[in-house]
Amino acid sequence: MKNYLNESLTLKSWLTTTDHKRIGILYLLSITFFFLIGGAAATLIRLNLMTPQGELVRADTYNKLFTVHGVVMVWFFLIPSVPSVLGNFLIPMMIGARDVAFPRLNLASWYIYMTGGLFTLGAILWGGVDTGWTFYTPYSTMFSNSYVIATAAGVFITGFSSIFTGLNFLVTIHKMRAPGLTWNRLPLFVWSLYSTSIILVLATPVLAITLLLMALERIFRIGVFDPALGGDPLLFQHLFWFYSHPAVYVMILPGMGVVSEIVPCFARKRIFGYRFMTVSVLAIGVLGFLVWGHHLFVSGQSVYAGLVFSLLSFMVAIPSAIKVFNWTATLYKGSVSFSTPMLYALGFIGLFTMGGLTGIFLAVLAVDVHVHDTYFVIAHFHYIMVGGMVSAYLGGVHFWWPKISGRMYSEWWGRISALTLFWVLISRFSPSSFWAISGCRGAITTIRPSFRCSM
Amino acid sequence: MKTDFALFPVSASTIASHVDTVMIALLVICGAITVLVFGLILILGIRYRRGSLYTRELRPKNGNFLEWSWTFATFGVFLGLFVWGARIYFRMHVAPAGALEVSVLAKQWMWSFQHPDGAKELNELHIPLSQPVLLTMTSQDVIHSFFVPAFRIKQDVLPGRYTQVWFEANKPGAYHLFCTQYCGTAHADMTGKIIVQTQADYERWLAGVSGRSAGQRVELRPLSPIVLGEHLFKKLACITCHVEGRGTVAPDLSHIFGTMAQLNNGTSVKVDETYVRAHILDPGAWLVRGYDPVMPSFRGQVSEEDIMNLIAYIKSLGQESKPK
Repeated sequence: MKNYLNESLTLKSWLTTTDHKRIGILYLLSITFFFLIGGAAATLIRLNLMTPQGELVRADTYNKLFTVHGVVMVWFFLIPSVPSVLGNFLIPMMIGARDVAFPRLNLASWYIYMTGGLFTLGAILWGGVDTGWTFYTPYSTMFSNSYVIATAAGVFITGFSSIFTGLNFLVTIHKMRAPGLTWNRLPLFVWSLYSTSIILVLATPVLAITLLLMALERIFRIGVFDPALGGDPLLFQHLFWFYSHPAVYVMILPGMGVVSEIVPCFARKRIFGYRFMTVSVLAIGVLGFLVWGHHLFVSGQSVYAGLVFSLLSFMVAIPSAIKVFNWTATLYKGSVSFSTPMLYALGFIGLFTMGGLTGIFLAVLAVDVHVHDTYFVIAHFHYIMVGGMVSAYLGGVHFWWPKISGRMYSEWWGRISALTLFWVLISRFSPSSFWAISGCRGAITTIRPSFRCSM
Repeated sequence: MKTDFALFPVSASTIASHVDTVMIALLVICGAITVLVFGLILILGIRYRRGSLYTRELRPKNGNFLEWSWTFATFGVFLGLFVWGARIYFRMHVAPAGALEVSVLAKQWMWSFQHPDGAKELNELHIPLSQPVLLTMTSQDVIHSFFVPAFRIKQDVLPGRYTQVWFEANKPGAYHLFCTQYCGTAHADMTGKIIVQTQADYERWLAGVSGRSAGQRVELRPLSPIVLGEHLFKKLACITCHVEGRGTVAPDLSHIFGTMAQLNNGTSVKVDETYVRAHILDPGAWLVRGYDPVMPSFRGQVSEEDIMNLIAYIKSLGQESKPK
């Protein structure tokens, strides 16, 4: 039988396709590739930390490894993961459209993404970059002797792929819904990608501007961020987090959408509180733009700015709490089966709850001062991004795998992998939350001096 | 296996116990919510597993009451936590009067400290017990961060401006100092020690560093930043225009520190460390009302330490007792 997978098998037909389903597959393959690279860097980081003195690699190499891990995982895996793979595949089907609004732009997004990816990959092979994924100035502009520009160019280029994908989804969802599919009937997966797309379109240009300013200072010595050239060292952090905090929600909202589909399906029950779920998705998208300053509580920004950002950070946590309660309530009087996607989804709820609650610690100003820039923060965002988004992504891929491939995965192995992932993440990140409270900072090649911080 | 791991690091400052109380409260609240969510998922999932005999009759139709209840409950708890954390944060930022002032210069990858009497230390800071200490910090290169886990304080150290942090140690001992803002190759090794001593031990240590130990003929006692600053003030010819008691070419600098300066563009700025520094390096940026832009920039002619000394001198001009 002819279908989208076998209608034409030539490489050319895949590389020139404008079919949203095939583009979804292209993304599936490419983000898996980048996931392996980011994972390899993470493995080397952990191997190096197995010896207290970090005897596997030199300090410079270690610094490059965690930078590569962050850059690749954030921009080349997490941000495109659910939106570009599952969003591309499912949005048109869920709203009854033949394809996305701009199919050729959709293919262009993939090419732009790959170009950016190859730039960054080239920079890594060339010698790497050691600024950390946040590129803080003036270190990145004036002090680092590594391939900052090439890496940033890759991220800059890939940003356009995000913008185009977001734009495509927004237009598709607004203009191409089947008659009768009103906003209040829209699947929650589509709602979550709608909110995600708004963030992608509004926040990514700020990242592009920030990276451009960074390049201007690094190449032409135009003083923007380095005080020695008349710049402002904190300006970069404000600009960077004005993008990157909303981007955190790009890395979790789509996962929430996936889980909001899986839980009702395997509980045999409609989602509890649909209206609250849609409103909370939008609230997270909007409030997410107003909390970037909580990354600067100890940076020297004014105490009053700190107070405002702290309060707003608590506010953005409320819709997230509502979602957790609603997923849980959906199980009540349902008919629950623990199939693979459901195990991933329940794992998501648990890990996301841990991530959200560690986030509450960070929103409390006095506590943030102590745990800021320590393993506590690292554990917090790994709960959200790996525990949350990776669980949701894998759950979604399993859930829709029969739809995508026409085949069924092994249920037994599926369950084993879901439970393994959950266990590994809990046992990996829970201890580090606690040893961080005892004062262990991040980005260090050696453990010894700081692990004994309670001397 | 013997281990010295403890959930909380030693608490050695007056603010630490306040921070720990919030953290314990958070651990209890968040622990309870974790148990609640994990417990509910397990109980509901198992009780209503497919094929179980529990009734599915009377499913709740409208969850609005429940939704609003947990929304407001969450809001209430969050508001309480916000106020609690904010009050302590505020205290962390208001140094008590009469604090011992130490200046800190961070650079890749070391900490250098200067005491009020001019004594200098590298990667070690001796401070007296039960005495508020106010650090005025700047960086010579990239952003660093000053973190003493035992004191529960942390403050980024920026190039081009001054940030401050204060603490009052309440337990003698040696405590770790870490840089917590990634700053390049040897970031992991950018550590130090804060050594808290009783007042008597501190005095003895200070005397030793100052070189006044018996038998020494040469006076090794370092000059205080104020004296060094006064010397620079004359050497760089600042004194030619900034004449005390007169303000014809340039403003008289006595008694200006801590006041509000009226600028040419109609705004006013507080005269603090960052203001003075900016004026020395880039005098044209902020013009004081009534004066022409005649002051040259001293960028490249003064080091970060020179600037700190000049600031110390200008600060001292406002005080009643003249420095020696």
